[in-house]
Amino acid sequence: MTYRAEAPDQIIVERLGAIDALYHRRSGTTHLVAAPVPQILEALGEGATDVAGLLARLAARFDLDTPDDEAKAALEQRLAELIDLGLVRGER
Amino acid sequence: MSAALLAETLIDPGLVTRFDAPTWTALLTAARAERLLGTIADKLDGLAMPPDVAAILADTRVDARRDRQQALWEIDRAMVALAPLDCPVVLLKGSAFAAAGLLAAQGRAIGDLDILVPRDRLDEVEAALRGAGWEWVKPDPYDEAYYRRWMHELPPLIHVERDRMIDVHHTILPLTARPRPDAAAMIADAMPLANGISVLRIDDMLCHAAAHLIADGDMAGGLRNLWDIHCLLIEHGEDQSFWNGLDARSRHHQLRAPMRRAVRLSHRIFGTEVPKDWLGGGVLDGLFAARLLTRTSWGQEARPFLRLGFYFRSHLLRMPPLMLARHLWTKWRKGYRPIG
Amino acid sequence: MRHQLGLAVGPATFRIGSAWRGPIDALARLYAAYPPIDFARRVPDFTVRLQPVQPWRRFIRSSIFIAGDHMLPDAAPMALEHGLLAAEMGMNLQMALGWRRHVLLHASCVEKDGKALVITGESGSGKSTLAAMLGERGWRLMGDEFALLDPASGMVFAFPRLVSLKNEAIDIATAGITPERIGPRLEGTPKGAIRHLVPNAEAIARMAEPAVPRLLLLPRYGFAEAHRPVEQGEAFVRLTEASTNYIALGEAGFGALVRFVRTVPAVALDYPDSATVLAAVEALWGEVA
Repeated sequence: MTYRAEAPDQIIVERLGAIDALYHRRSGTTHLVAAPVPQILEALGEGATDVAGLLARLAARFDLDTPDDEAKAALEQRLAELIDLGLVRGER
Repeated sequence: MSAALLAETLIDPGLVTRFDAPTWTALLTAARAERLLGTIADKLDGLAMPPDVAAILADTRVDARRDRQQALWEIDRAMVALAPLDCPVVLLKGSAFAAAGLLAAQGRAIGDLDILVPRDRLDEVEAALRGAGWEWVKPDPYDEAYYRRWMHELPPLIHVERDRMIDVHHTILPLTARPRPDAAAMIADAMPLANGISVLRIDDMLCHAAAHLIADGDMAGGLRNLWDIHCLLIEHGEDQSFWNGLDARSRHHQLRAPMRRAVRLSHRIFGTEVPKDWLGGGVLDGLFAARLLTRTSWGQEARPFLRLGFYFRSHLLRMPPLMLARHLWTKWRKGYRPIG
Repeated sequence: MRHQLGLAVGPATFRIGSAWRGPIDALARLYAAYPPIDFARRVPDFTVRLQPVQPWRRFIRSSIFIAGDHMLPDAAPMALEHGLLAAEMGMNLQMALGWRRHVLLHASCVEKDGKALVITGESGSGKSTLAAMLGERGWRLMGDEFALLDPASGMVFAFPRLVSLKNEAIDIATAGITPERIGPRLEGTPKGAIRHLVPNAEAIARMAEPAVPRLLLLPRYGFAEAHRPVEQGEAFVRLTEASTNYIALGEAGFGALVRFVRTVPAVALDYPDSATVLAAVEALWGEVA
């Protein structure tokens, strides 16, 4: 599956203390999200990619201390949630 | 009736420069009650008006913009949910006007998302939507059985998180109604837009709107439906071939009489330009027009007995009489009343 | 409609029509000090209708159906003797469903020195009673039900309608107030006994003046006294839950609430009785103002 992030100009992110408030223009919906969701969206914003590609982008920016398989599974779960919200599109 | 004032203002917005405050109040109240305030806001954009009116219309534009944005988003969500089925999905009513960028969409309030799918794909469509977060609104077993057996749509589904409804139709009139429009032809001939979305052909949109106005509903809120018809006609009805096609198509769908009446009413109330041979007959048009124009300066519907007449008429059109009696009885026992 | 009245409350104007005289007379008495609306020259923001459940029922069974520009089709009818309450509910409904010029917060609000204390909480938190009491103790009452947050300026605007006091709060909040400012006691309403209180002359005279929000209070009645600061994220969520038009306003609403929670400290306050909460509010205000 290839993942594509919603266009950056459709999303406003505002930091509110420990969490981020995210306004999605296209849907008119507000989401309150904690790490790693904003980081995933930002990394995916560089261009569509698959899970391995996204994990590599995240690993380049952050110290990921989990084994690859676990991190991949967790990332796929987050991505599935983001697809349900319409913030990410999955393409087979 | 203030509904007549509303109709006059829609076709001649310049009239408002002479309005005093009570006239404005009557106009805005009637327009809001007929769900045409957004259309009024759009039509009067740029005209001089008192500041209290300008503020109300500015609020209305906020709502119209959001309605449109939400409608487009609901289309997107439904298309994502239904994409794996590879099934034709045709948008209807306000969502279709918005997606196709039609004149009728300007300022129009858009409520639920209405889609048309082939009847033999209904189960798959229902399952896919339920898998994507939509669920039943009606917990009442009588209503649900009634819908499934007799209606032209599934019982409405509401999205569990977004709180938005979708109506899935497999034809455009209830199965109990006498005309039997050819839904398969409507789907087969639909106009494709981008992203797998399609909308009805313009003549089919008009047949649908006319069926909705004349043969289906109790005409509550019918003025807005008639305005849709007017907009579709003025945007597309310039040459004779359009009218010939519309005539043939409405016959094919067994909707010639409702289509003719809708066109005559549009001409009568909104001054739509219509070929002469479309204007004959219509002895009851005055009654229909009166029913469409009952809204008062307080936003109420005057003439309760006329309305009750149309309510019974609407059900008679949709159901054989015995079934009607059973249906009304079940409704009334639960405290439902046609007038309120 | 047979009887009608025009009212201005804060920035909103209403046209109230009624099939019966009683509710209009009751409103006219309690809103006598508010600016009148002349419909020959003003176009009201909202129309409220108090109408019979069915047209021919006006004489048979006196039940009021609350209707208007914005309505809930399945709202239960109300008894005619509760007509004043029906009119108030009709006006609230128009604001809750139709107001677009501000973020509408289900909150009470009082002001001092141009700064506003915004109080939000669920029904039963005591926000209405607290605002009413502060309004008689050196604060200006801006509203007991709605606070209007302006997305452009970040200021809070007043909506000082009649204060709606319920059950045991009636005696607490009306103590020492002259009878002209107190409405009839309505027994057996869906919320129990209700009595309306007219805001004082200053609250009405200055109802067009906005204030800078300075403190957000989240009270809970019926607990031992305690208070804690509330994080920006939690305050944001509470405000979205307390707003009836947040979604309708879209990006403007989002921007307004982000700005609010970043600039206005929020405190959750538990209290057991009115003396405690009054003292605690003055102490907290002293820290921020």
